[in-house]
Amino acid sequence: MIDEHLLRELTPQVLGVLVRRGADFAAAEDAVQDALVEAVRRRNGEAPDDPKAWLVTAAWRKFLDARRSASARALREVAVTLEPPPGPAEQADDTLLLLSRCCHPALTPASAIALTLRAVGGLTTAQIARAFLVPEATMAQRISRAKRTLAGESFERPGDVRAVLRVLYLMFDQGFAAGDPGAADADLAVEAIRLTRQLAASVPGDPEVAGLLALMLLHHARRAARFDASGELVPLARQDRSRWDTAMIAEGVELLQGALVRDRLGEYQAQAAIAALHDDAPSAEETDWPQILEWYDELLRLVPGNPVVVLNRAVAVGHVDGPLAGLRLVEELAPGLPRREAVAAYLQERAGDYAGAARRYAAAAEAASSTAELTHLLKQAARLNRAADPRPPD
Amino acid sequence: MAKYLLLKHYRGGPKPHPNAEAQMDRWTPEEISAHIGFMGQVADDLRERGEFVDAQALAAEGEFVRYGGAGEPPVTDGPFAETKDLIAGWMIIDVESKERAHEVAAHLSSAPGLGGKPLHEWIEVRPFMVEPPVVE
Repeated sequence: MIDEHLLRELTPQVLGVLVRRGADFAAAEDAVQDALVEAVRRRNGEAPDDPKAWLVTAAWRKFLDARRSASARALREVAVTLEPPPGPAEQADDTLLLLSRCCHPALTPASAIALTLRAVGGLTTAQIARAFLVPEATMAQRISRAKRTLAGESFERPGDVRAVLRVLYLMFDQGFAAGDPGAADADLAVEAIRLTRQLAASVPGDPEVAGLLALMLLHHARRAARFDASGELVPLARQDRSRWDTAMIAEGVELLQGALVRDRLGEYQAQAAIAALHDDAPSAEETDWPQILEWYDELLRLVPGNPVVVLNRAVAVGHVDGPLAGLRLVEELAPGLPRREAVAAYLQERAGDYAGAARRYAAAAEAASSTAELTHLLKQAARLNRAADPRPPD
Repeated sequence: MAKYLLLKHYRGGPKPHPNAEAQMDRWTPEEISAHIGFMGQVADDLRERGEFVDAQALAAEGEFVRYGGAGEPPVTDGPFAETKDLIAGWMIIDVESKERAHEVAAHLSSAPGLGGKPLHEWIEVRPFMVEPPVVE
Protein backbone atom coordinates (compact mmCIF):
# COMPACT_ATOMS: atom_id res chain seq x y z
CA MET A 1 0.00 0.00 0.00
CA ILE A 2 1.02 3.60 -0.46
CA ASP A 3 1.49 5.64 2.70
CA GLU A 4 -1.28 8.22 3.16
CA HIS A 5 1.13 11.05 3.83
CA LEU A 6 2.94 10.31 0.58
CA LEU A 7 -0.36 10.14 -1.28
CA ARG A 8 -1.25 13.64 -0.18
CA GLU A 9 2.21 14.87 -1.10
CA LEU A 10 1.81 13.40 -4.57
CA THR A 11 -1.71 14.67 -5.21
CA PRO A 12 -0.81 18.12 -6.60
CA GLN A 13 2.09 16.68 -8.61
CA VAL A 14 -0.14 14.12 -10.29
CA LEU A 15 -2.81 16.74 -10.90
CA GLY A 16 -0.16 18.95 -12.49
CA VAL A 17 0.93 16.17 -14.85
CA LEU A 18 -2.65 15.60 -16.04
CA VAL A 19 -3.27 19.28 -16.56
CA ARG A 20 -0.06 19.73 -18.53
CA ARG A 21 -1.07 16.80 -20.72
CA GLY A 22 -4.11 18.84 -21.65
CA ALA A 23 -6.80 17.56 -19.27
CA ASP A 24 -9.41 20.08 -18.24
CA PHE A 25 -8.85 21.09 -14.61
CA ALA A 26 -12.15 19.84 -13.16
CA ALA A 27 -11.92 16.52 -14.99
CA ALA A 28 -8.28 16.10 -13.98
CA GLU A 29 -9.13 16.80 -10.37
CA ASP A 30 -11.93 14.22 -10.39
CA ALA A 31 -9.63 11.67 -12.01
CA VAL A 32 -6.93 12.20 -9.39
CA GLN A 33 -9.48 11.79 -6.60
CA ASP A 34 -10.68 8.54 -8.18
CA ALA A 35 -7.11 7.31 -8.45
CA LEU A 36 -6.52 8.13 -4.79
CA VAL A 37 -9.58 6.14 -3.84
CA GLU A 38 -8.20 3.19 -5.79
CA ALA A 39 -4.83 3.61 -4.11
CA VAL A 40 -6.47 3.48 -0.69
CA ARG A 41 -8.48 0.39 -1.71
CA ARG A 42 -5.23 -1.33 -2.60
CA ARG A 43 -4.13 -1.05 1.03
CA ASN A 44 -3.58 -4.80 1.29
CA GLY A 45 -1.62 -5.04 -1.92
CA GLU A 46 2.04 -4.41 -2.58
CA ALA A 47 3.27 -0.82 -2.65
CA PRO A 48 4.33 0.09 -6.18
CA ASP A 49 8.03 0.80 -6.78
CA ASP A 50 7.27 4.27 -8.10
CA PRO A 51 4.09 5.50 -6.38
CA LYS A 52 3.97 8.72 -8.38
CA ALA A 53 4.18 6.92 -11.72
CA TRP A 54 1.54 4.47 -10.51
CA LEU A 55 -0.77 7.33 -9.52
CA VAL A 56 -0.21 9.20 -12.78
CA THR A 57 -1.07 6.08 -14.75
CA ALA A 58 -4.13 5.35 -12.60
CA ALA A 59 -5.36 8.95 -12.73
CA TRP A 60 -4.80 9.14 -16.47
CA ARG A 61 -6.82 5.96 -16.95
CA LYS A 62 -9.61 7.38 -14.80
CA PHE A 63 -9.53 10.53 -16.90
CA LEU A 64 -9.74 8.52 -20.11
CA ASP A 65 -12.55 6.36 -18.69
CA ALA A 66 -14.54 9.47 -17.88
CA ARG A 67 -13.96 10.81 -21.36
CA ARG A 68 -14.96 7.49 -22.89
CA SER A 69 -18.16 7.22 -20.97
CA ALA A 70 -18.98 10.80 -21.96
CA SER A 71 -18.90 9.96 -25.65
CA ALA A 72 -18.22 6.89 -27.77
CA ARG A 73 -16.68 9.03 -30.47
CA ALA A 74 -14.28 10.52 -27.95
CA LEU A 75 -13.19 6.97 -27.15
CA ARG A 76 -11.59 6.46 -30.56
CA GLU A 77 -9.90 9.85 -30.63
CA VAL A 78 -8.67 9.66 -27.08
CA ALA A 79 -7.39 6.13 -27.34
CA VAL A 80 -5.34 7.05 -30.37
CA THR A 81 -4.07 10.48 -29.47
CA LEU A 82 -3.93 10.66 -25.71
CA GLU A 83 -2.34 7.40 -24.62
CA PRO A 84 0.16 8.39 -21.90
CA PRO A 85 3.81 8.13 -22.78
CA PRO A 86 5.66 5.34 -20.93
CA GLY A 87 8.50 6.02 -18.51
CA PRO A 88 8.82 8.04 -15.33
CA ALA A 89 6.41 10.88 -14.54
CA GLU A 90 7.57 14.43 -15.17
CA GLN A 91 9.44 16.16 -12.37
CA ALA A 92 8.45 19.75 -13.15
CA ASP A 93 6.95 21.65 -10.21
CA ASP A 94 3.37 22.72 -10.84
CA THR A 95 2.62 23.88 -7.30
CA LEU A 96 2.20 27.56 -8.18
CA LEU A 97 0.26 26.74 -11.33
CA LEU A 98 -2.24 24.64 -9.36
CA LEU A 99 -2.47 26.97 -6.40
CA SER A 100 -3.08 30.02 -8.52
CA ARG A 101 -5.79 28.09 -10.32
CA CYS A 102 -7.51 27.20 -7.03
CA CYS A 103 -7.02 30.70 -5.62
CA HIS A 104 -8.34 32.42 -8.75
CA PRO A 105 -9.71 35.93 -8.02
CA ALA A 106 -13.07 34.95 -9.56
CA LEU A 107 -13.67 32.73 -6.50
CA THR A 108 -14.76 33.89 -3.05
CA PRO A 109 -12.10 33.24 -0.39
CA ALA A 110 -14.19 30.46 1.19
CA SER A 111 -14.57 28.66 -2.15
CA ALA A 112 -10.89 29.13 -2.94
CA ILE A 113 -9.88 27.65 0.43
CA ALA A 114 -12.18 24.65 -0.05
CA LEU A 115 -10.98 23.98 -3.60
CA THR A 116 -7.32 24.36 -2.60
CA LEU A 117 -7.72 21.89 0.27
CA ARG A 118 -9.36 19.37 -2.03
CA ALA A 119 -7.29 19.73 -5.19
CA VAL A 120 -3.85 20.57 -3.82
CA GLY A 121 -4.12 19.55 -0.17
CA GLY A 122 -5.61 16.17 -1.04
CA LEU A 123 -8.24 16.32 1.73
CA THR A 124 -11.58 14.60 1.26
CA THR A 125 -14.77 16.64 0.90
CA ALA A 126 -15.96 15.16 4.22
CA GLN A 127 -12.85 16.39 6.03
CA ILE A 128 -13.22 19.88 4.56
CA ALA A 129 -16.91 19.95 5.47
CA ARG A 130 -16.09 19.08 9.08
CA ALA A 131 -13.46 21.81 9.22
CA PHE A 132 -16.05 24.35 8.08
CA LEU A 133 -18.88 22.82 10.19
CA VAL A 134 -21.22 22.43 7.24
CA PRO A 135 -22.90 19.28 5.82
CA GLU A 136 -20.79 17.29 3.36
CA ALA A 137 -23.36 17.85 0.59
CA THR A 138 -23.07 21.62 1.06
CA MET A 139 -19.29 21.47 0.80
CA ALA A 140 -19.50 19.20 -2.27
CA GLN A 141 -21.72 21.81 -3.93
CA ARG A 142 -19.39 24.63 -2.94
CA ILE A 143 -16.43 22.82 -4.49
CA SER A 144 -18.23 21.88 -7.69
CA ARG A 145 -19.55 25.44 -8.07
CA ALA A 146 -15.99 26.71 -7.69
CA LYS A 147 -14.87 24.34 -10.44
CA ARG A 148 -17.70 25.50 -12.69
CA THR A 149 -16.71 29.12 -12.10
CA LEU A 150 -13.21 28.27 -13.28
CA ALA A 151 -14.29 26.19 -16.26
CA GLY A 152 -14.11 29.11 -18.68
CA GLU A 153 -10.79 30.52 -17.46
CA SER A 154 -7.56 29.86 -19.29
CA PHE A 155 -4.97 27.87 -17.40
CA GLU A 156 -1.60 27.90 -19.11
CA ARG A 157 0.50 30.19 -16.94
CA PRO A 158 0.51 30.67 -13.20
CA GLY A 159 -1.61 33.56 -11.96
CA ASP A 160 -0.83 36.15 -9.34
CA VAL A 161 1.07 34.75 -6.37
CA ARG A 162 -0.46 37.53 -4.17
CA ALA A 163 -3.94 36.02 -4.57
CA VAL A 164 -2.53 32.63 -3.52
CA LEU A 165 -0.86 34.12 -0.46
CA ARG A 166 -4.08 35.82 0.59
CA VAL A 167 -6.03 32.55 0.43
CA LEU A 168 -3.35 30.65 2.34
CA TYR A 169 -3.29 33.41 4.96
CA LEU A 170 -7.06 33.20 5.42
CA MET A 171 -6.88 29.39 5.57
CA PHE A 172 -4.28 29.62 8.31
CA ASP A 173 -6.28 32.23 10.19
CA GLN A 174 -9.40 30.11 10.10
CA GLY A 175 -7.59 27.00 11.29
CA PHE A 176 -5.52 28.78 13.89
CA ALA A 177 -8.49 30.50 15.45
CA ALA A 178 -10.40 27.26 15.77
CA GLY A 179 -8.05 25.92 18.45
CA ASP A 180 -7.08 22.28 18.56
CA PRO A 181 -9.05 20.04 16.20
CA GLY A 182 -9.74 16.41 16.94
CA ALA A 183 -7.01 13.99 15.91
CA ALA A 184 -9.05 12.57 13.04
CA ASP A 185 -9.90 15.92 11.49
CA ALA A 186 -8.16 18.25 9.12
CA ASP A 187 -6.23 21.01 10.81
CA LEU A 188 -6.50 24.01 8.50
CA ALA A 189 -3.57 25.81 10.13
CA VAL A 190 -1.30 22.80 9.57
CA GLU A 191 -2.61 22.42 6.00
CA ALA A 192 -1.92 26.11 5.31
CA ILE A 193 1.64 25.75 6.59
CA ARG A 194 2.17 22.61 4.50
CA LEU A 195 0.87 24.28 1.34
CA THR A 196 2.88 27.46 1.96
CA ARG A 197 5.99 25.32 2.44
CA GLN A 198 5.31 23.67 -0.91
CA LEU A 199 4.83 27.07 -2.51
CA ALA A 200 8.01 28.44 -0.92
CA ALA A 201 9.97 25.48 -2.29
CA SER A 202 8.46 26.10 -5.72
CA VAL A 203 9.13 29.88 -5.87
CA PRO A 204 12.19 30.30 -3.63
CA GLY A 205 12.95 33.85 -4.77
CA ASP A 206 9.79 35.52 -3.46
CA PRO A 207 10.35 37.17 -0.06
CA GLU A 208 6.61 37.56 0.62
CA VAL A 209 6.08 33.79 0.25
CA ALA A 210 8.88 33.24 2.78
CA GLY A 211 7.42 36.08 4.87
CA LEU A 212 4.01 34.42 5.00
CA LEU A 213 5.52 31.05 5.93
CA ALA A 214 7.52 32.77 8.68
CA LEU A 215 4.40 34.56 9.91
CA MET A 216 2.49 31.29 10.13
CA LEU A 217 5.29 29.49 11.98
CA LEU A 218 5.84 32.37 14.40
CA HIS A 219 2.15 32.32 15.36
CA HIS A 220 1.77 28.55 15.25
CA ALA A 221 4.67 28.19 17.70
CA ARG A 222 2.47 29.79 20.40
CA ARG A 223 -0.62 27.77 19.69
CA ALA A 224 -0.37 25.38 22.64
CA ALA A 225 -0.29 28.32 25.06
CA ARG A 226 -3.16 30.23 23.47
CA PHE A 227 -6.00 28.38 25.20
CA ASP A 228 -5.99 27.07 28.76
CA ALA A 229 -7.10 23.60 29.86
CA SER A 230 -10.76 24.68 30.01
CA GLY A 231 -10.64 26.14 26.50
CA GLU A 232 -10.47 29.79 27.55
CA LEU A 233 -8.45 32.26 25.51
CA VAL A 234 -5.16 33.25 27.15
CA PRO A 235 -3.95 36.69 26.01
CA LEU A 236 -0.37 36.95 24.78
CA ALA A 237 0.82 38.78 27.89
CA ARG A 238 -0.32 35.96 30.19
CA GLN A 239 0.72 32.97 28.10
CA ASP A 240 3.08 30.40 29.56
CA ARG A 241 6.05 31.09 27.31
CA SER A 242 7.73 27.80 28.23
CA ARG A 243 5.02 26.13 26.15
CA TRP A 244 6.03 27.98 22.99
CA ASP A 245 7.73 25.86 20.33
CA THR A 246 11.26 27.28 20.23
CA ALA A 247 12.38 25.19 17.25
CA MET A 248 9.47 26.50 15.21
CA ILE A 249 10.25 30.08 16.28
CA ALA A 250 13.88 29.61 15.24
CA GLU A 251 12.79 28.36 11.82
CA GLY A 252 10.41 31.30 11.42
CA VAL A 253 13.06 33.83 12.39
CA GLU A 254 15.57 32.31 9.99
CA LEU A 255 13.07 32.38 7.13
CA LEU A 256 12.17 35.98 7.93
CA GLN A 257 15.81 37.07 8.01
CA GLY A 258 16.39 35.41 4.65
CA ALA A 259 13.40 37.27 3.24
CA LEU A 260 14.29 40.67 4.70
CA VAL A 261 17.80 40.73 3.20
CA ARG A 262 16.20 40.70 -0.25
CA ASP A 263 15.05 44.22 0.57
CA ARG A 264 11.57 43.87 -0.93
CA LEU A 265 9.40 44.44 2.10
CA GLY A 266 5.75 43.36 2.05
CA GLU A 267 2.93 43.13 4.55
CA TYR A 268 3.54 39.48 5.45
CA GLN A 269 7.21 40.13 6.22
CA ALA A 270 6.25 43.14 8.37
CA GLN A 271 3.61 41.12 10.26
CA ALA A 272 6.12 38.29 10.71
CA ALA A 273 8.65 40.77 12.13
CA ILE A 274 6.09 41.89 14.73
CA ALA A 275 5.29 38.26 15.62
CA ALA A 276 9.02 37.50 15.87
CA LEU A 277 9.56 40.36 18.34
CA HIS A 278 6.76 39.03 20.55
CA ASP A 279 8.21 35.51 20.31
CA ASP A 280 11.64 36.84 21.20
CA ALA A 281 10.60 38.37 24.54
CA PRO A 282 11.39 36.12 27.55
CA SER A 283 8.45 37.76 29.38
CA ALA A 284 5.64 40.18 28.50
CA GLU A 285 7.44 42.95 30.41
CA GLU A 286 10.57 42.50 28.31
CA THR A 287 8.73 42.97 25.00
CA ASP A 288 10.61 45.35 22.71
CA TRP A 289 7.68 47.71 22.09
CA PRO A 290 9.72 50.51 20.44
CA GLN A 291 10.86 48.08 17.73
CA ILE A 292 7.36 46.65 17.38
CA LEU A 293 6.05 50.19 16.89
CA GLU A 294 8.62 50.77 14.14
CA TRP A 295 7.36 47.68 12.36
CA TYR A 296 3.75 48.84 12.71
CA ASP A 297 4.82 52.11 11.09
CA GLU A 298 6.31 50.10 8.21
CA LEU A 299 3.19 47.96 7.99
CA LEU A 300 0.95 51.02 7.90
CA ARG A 301 3.02 52.41 5.01
CA LEU A 302 2.32 49.16 3.12
CA VAL A 303 -1.43 49.09 3.90
CA PRO A 304 -2.27 52.77 4.43
CA GLY A 305 -5.32 53.46 6.58
CA ASN A 306 -6.04 49.78 7.34
CA PRO A 307 -8.15 50.15 10.51
CA VAL A 308 -7.07 46.81 12.02
CA VAL A 309 -3.42 47.81 11.69
CA VAL A 310 -4.17 51.28 13.11
CA LEU A 311 -5.89 49.63 16.09
CA ASN A 312 -3.06 47.20 16.76
CA ARG A 313 -0.52 49.98 16.34
CA ALA A 314 -2.39 51.95 19.02
CA VAL A 315 -1.52 49.21 21.54
CA ALA A 316 2.17 49.57 20.65
CA VAL A 317 1.87 53.38 20.92
CA GLY A 318 0.25 52.86 24.33
CA HIS A 319 3.33 50.95 25.50
CA VAL A 320 5.86 53.36 23.98
CA ASP A 321 4.32 56.83 24.37
CA GLY A 322 1.88 56.10 27.19
CA PRO A 323 -1.70 54.79 27.29
CA LEU A 324 -3.32 58.17 26.70
CA ALA A 325 -1.44 58.58 23.41
CA GLY A 326 -2.71 55.15 22.37
CA LEU A 327 -6.25 56.00 23.46
CA ARG A 328 -6.31 59.15 21.32
CA LEU A 329 -5.57 57.00 18.26
CA VAL A 330 -8.32 54.52 19.17
CA GLU A 331 -10.88 57.31 19.58
CA GLU A 332 -10.27 58.35 15.97
CA LEU A 333 -11.38 54.94 14.69
CA ALA A 334 -14.96 54.14 13.65
CA PRO A 335 -17.07 53.07 16.69
CA GLY A 336 -18.22 49.77 15.18
CA LEU A 337 -14.71 48.44 14.46
CA PRO A 338 -14.27 44.94 15.98
CA ARG A 339 -12.05 44.92 19.12
CA ARG A 340 -11.99 48.74 19.28
CA GLU A 341 -13.63 48.84 22.72
CA ALA A 342 -11.46 46.01 24.02
CA VAL A 343 -8.26 47.85 23.05
CA ALA A 344 -9.64 51.09 24.53
CA ALA A 345 -10.46 49.29 27.79
CA TYR A 346 -6.95 47.82 27.95
CA LEU A 347 -5.36 51.24 27.48
CA GLN A 348 -7.76 52.91 29.89
CA GLU A 349 -6.83 50.44 32.61
CA ARG A 350 -3.15 51.08 31.99
CA ALA A 351 -3.92 54.80 32.35
CA GLY A 352 -5.35 54.06 35.81
CA ASP A 353 -9.02 54.68 34.98
CA TYR A 354 -10.38 51.41 36.37
CA ALA A 355 -14.08 52.34 36.41
CA GLY A 356 -13.91 53.59 32.80
CA ALA A 357 -11.98 50.46 31.78
CA ALA A 358 -14.59 48.21 33.43
CA ARG A 359 -17.40 49.94 31.52
CA ARG A 360 -15.54 49.62 28.23
CA TYR A 361 -14.71 45.94 28.85
CA ALA A 362 -18.42 45.30 29.48
CA ALA A 363 -19.32 47.16 26.27
CA ALA A 364 -16.65 45.20 24.40
CA ALA A 365 -18.11 41.93 25.74
CA GLU A 366 -21.52 42.85 24.38
CA ALA A 367 -20.02 43.35 20.92
CA ALA A 368 -17.78 40.23 21.06
CA SER A 369 -18.06 37.97 18.04
CA SER A 370 -16.57 34.86 19.65
CA THR A 371 -17.37 33.03 22.87
CA ALA A 372 -13.69 32.87 23.88
CA GLU A 373 -13.45 36.65 23.52
CA LEU A 374 -16.76 37.16 25.32
CA THR A 375 -15.61 35.13 28.34
CA HIS A 376 -12.24 36.88 28.41
CA LEU A 377 -13.77 40.39 28.25
CA LEU A 378 -16.46 39.64 30.84
CA LYS A 379 -13.77 38.42 33.22
CA GLN A 380 -11.76 41.61 32.69
CA ALA A 381 -14.82 43.74 33.50
CA ALA A 382 -15.65 41.54 36.52
CA ARG A 383 -12.07 41.72 37.82
CA LEU A 384 -12.07 45.53 37.72
CA ASN A 385 -15.57 45.85 39.20
CA ARG A 386 -14.63 43.46 41.98
CA ALA A 387 -11.48 45.47 42.78
CA ALA A 388 -13.54 48.68 42.96
CA ASP A 389 -16.30 47.14 45.06
CA PRO A 390 -15.08 44.03 46.90
CA ARG A 391 -17.82 41.69 48.03
CA PRO A 392 -17.73 41.07 51.79
CA PRO A 393 -16.52 37.55 52.68
CA ASP A 394 -19.32 35.01 53.30
CA MET B 1 -18.01 32.80 5.43
CA ALA B 2 -20.23 33.30 8.42
CA LYS B 3 -23.12 31.32 9.80
CA TYR B 4 -26.48 32.91 10.48
CA LEU B 5 -29.57 31.62 12.20
CA LEU B 6 -32.79 32.67 10.47
CA LEU B 7 -35.63 32.39 12.95
CA LYS B 8 -39.23 32.09 11.92
CA HIS B 9 -41.78 33.01 14.59
CA TYR B 10 -45.36 31.85 15.17
CA ARG B 11 -45.89 34.97 17.24
CA GLY B 12 -43.94 37.96 18.48
CA GLY B 13 -41.52 40.32 16.78
CA PRO B 14 -42.37 43.70 15.24
CA LYS B 15 -45.88 44.54 14.03
CA PRO B 16 -46.78 42.11 11.21
CA HIS B 17 -47.33 43.15 7.60
CA PRO B 18 -51.07 42.97 6.62
CA ASN B 19 -50.35 39.93 4.41
CA ALA B 20 -48.98 38.04 7.42
CA GLU B 21 -51.89 38.69 9.78
CA ALA B 22 -54.16 35.76 8.86
CA GLN B 23 -53.51 32.49 10.76
CA MET B 24 -52.53 29.59 8.51
CA ASP B 25 -55.74 27.69 9.32
CA ARG B 26 -57.62 30.42 7.39
CA TRP B 27 -55.67 29.59 4.20
CA THR B 28 -56.80 27.05 1.58
CA PRO B 29 -55.01 23.66 1.53
CA GLU B 30 -53.49 24.65 -1.84
CA GLU B 31 -52.13 27.84 -0.33
CA ILE B 32 -50.54 25.85 2.49
CA SER B 33 -48.97 23.43 -0.03
CA ALA B 34 -47.65 26.33 -2.08
CA HIS B 35 -46.12 27.86 1.05
CA ILE B 36 -44.42 24.62 2.12
CA GLY B 37 -43.26 23.94 -1.43
CA PHE B 38 -41.66 27.38 -1.54
CA MET B 39 -39.78 26.75 1.71
CA GLY B 40 -38.48 23.43 0.39
CA GLN B 41 -37.37 25.10 -2.80
CA VAL B 42 -35.47 27.79 -0.87
CA ALA B 43 -33.61 25.07 1.06
CA ASP B 44 -32.79 23.22 -2.18
CA ASP B 45 -31.49 26.41 -3.81
CA LEU B 46 -29.30 27.09 -0.78
CA ARG B 47 -27.96 23.52 -0.91
CA GLU B 48 -27.13 23.97 -4.58
CA ARG B 49 -25.28 27.21 -3.80
CA GLY B 50 -23.29 25.53 -1.03
CA GLU B 51 -24.83 27.76 1.64
CA PHE B 52 -27.20 25.38 3.44
CA VAL B 53 -26.38 24.09 6.93
CA ASP B 54 -29.62 23.07 8.62
CA ALA B 55 -33.39 23.63 8.75
CA GLN B 56 -35.79 22.49 11.46
CA ALA B 57 -39.40 23.19 12.39
CA LEU B 58 -40.64 23.30 15.96
CA ALA B 59 -44.01 22.25 17.34
CA ALA B 60 -46.08 25.11 18.75
CA GLU B 61 -46.40 23.39 22.13
CA GLY B 62 -43.77 23.44 24.88
CA GLU B 63 -42.93 24.68 28.38
CA PHE B 64 -40.29 26.63 30.25
CA VAL B 65 -38.34 24.41 32.64
CA ARG B 66 -35.88 25.21 35.42
CA TYR B 67 -33.96 23.57 38.28
CA GLY B 68 -36.20 23.15 41.32
CA GLY B 69 -33.50 22.59 43.94
CA ALA B 70 -31.68 19.50 45.30
CA GLY B 71 -33.95 16.44 45.29
CA GLU B 72 -36.87 18.45 43.89
CA PRO B 73 -38.52 17.85 40.50
CA PRO B 74 -37.95 20.40 37.72
CA VAL B 75 -40.19 23.47 37.90
CA THR B 76 -42.25 24.08 34.77
CA ASP B 77 -44.12 27.06 33.42
CA GLY B 78 -46.42 26.57 30.46
CA PRO B 79 -47.91 25.95 28.03
CA PHE B 80 -46.82 29.25 26.51
CA ALA B 81 -49.16 32.22 26.95
CA GLU B 82 -50.86 33.55 23.82
CA THR B 83 -48.88 36.78 23.96
CA LYS B 84 -45.47 35.18 24.20
CA ASP B 85 -42.86 35.34 21.45
CA LEU B 86 -42.93 31.87 19.93
CA ILE B 87 -40.32 30.37 17.59
CA ALA B 88 -41.68 28.24 14.73
CA GLY B 89 -38.42 26.99 13.33
CA TRP B 90 -35.08 27.94 11.91
CA MET B 91 -32.74 27.75 9.00
CA ILE B 92 -28.97 27.94 9.41
CA ILE B 93 -26.96 29.26 6.47
CA ASP B 94 -23.24 29.75 5.86
CA VAL B 95 -22.79 32.79 3.63
CA GLU B 96 -20.25 35.29 2.40
CA SER B 97 -21.71 38.43 4.02
CA LYS B 98 -24.38 39.91 6.23
CA GLU B 99 -25.96 41.38 3.08
CA ARG B 100 -26.32 37.88 1.65
CA ALA B 101 -27.88 36.66 4.92
CA HIS B 102 -30.42 39.48 4.70
CA GLU B 103 -31.11 38.63 1.07
CA VAL B 104 -31.88 35.00 2.02
CA ALA B 105 -34.09 36.12 4.92
CA ALA B 106 -36.02 38.51 2.67
CA HIS B 107 -36.47 35.75 0.12
CA LEU B 108 -37.82 33.41 2.81
CA SER B 109 -40.16 36.19 3.91
CA SER B 110 -41.56 36.45 0.38
CA ALA B 111 -43.09 32.95 0.71
CA PRO B 112 -46.66 32.89 -0.63
CA GLY B 113 -49.50 33.09 1.90
CA LEU B 114 -53.21 33.87 1.72
CA GLY B 115 -54.30 34.41 -1.87
CA GLY B 116 -50.80 33.44 -3.05
CA LYS B 117 -49.52 36.88 -2.08
CA PRO B 118 -46.05 37.29 -0.51
CA LEU B 119 -46.31 37.02 3.28
CA HIS B 120 -43.75 39.71 4.20
CA GLU B 121 -43.38 37.96 7.56
CA TRP B 122 -40.56 39.04 9.88
CA ILE B 123 -37.53 36.75 9.96
CA GLU B 124 -35.10 37.20 12.85
CA VAL B 125 -31.47 37.12 11.62
CA ARG B 126 -28.78 36.28 14.21
CA PRO B 127 -25.05 35.85 13.51
CA PHE B 128 -23.28 32.87 15.13
CA MET B 129 -20.37 33.51 17.43
CA VAL B 130 -17.15 32.91 15.50
CA GLU B 131 -13.58 32.17 16.52
CA PRO B 132 -11.29 34.90 17.82
CA PRO B 133 -8.96 36.54 15.27
CA VAL B 134 -5.27 35.68 15.26
CA VAL B 135 -3.50 39.00 14.87
CA GLU B 136 -2.50 40.75 18.07
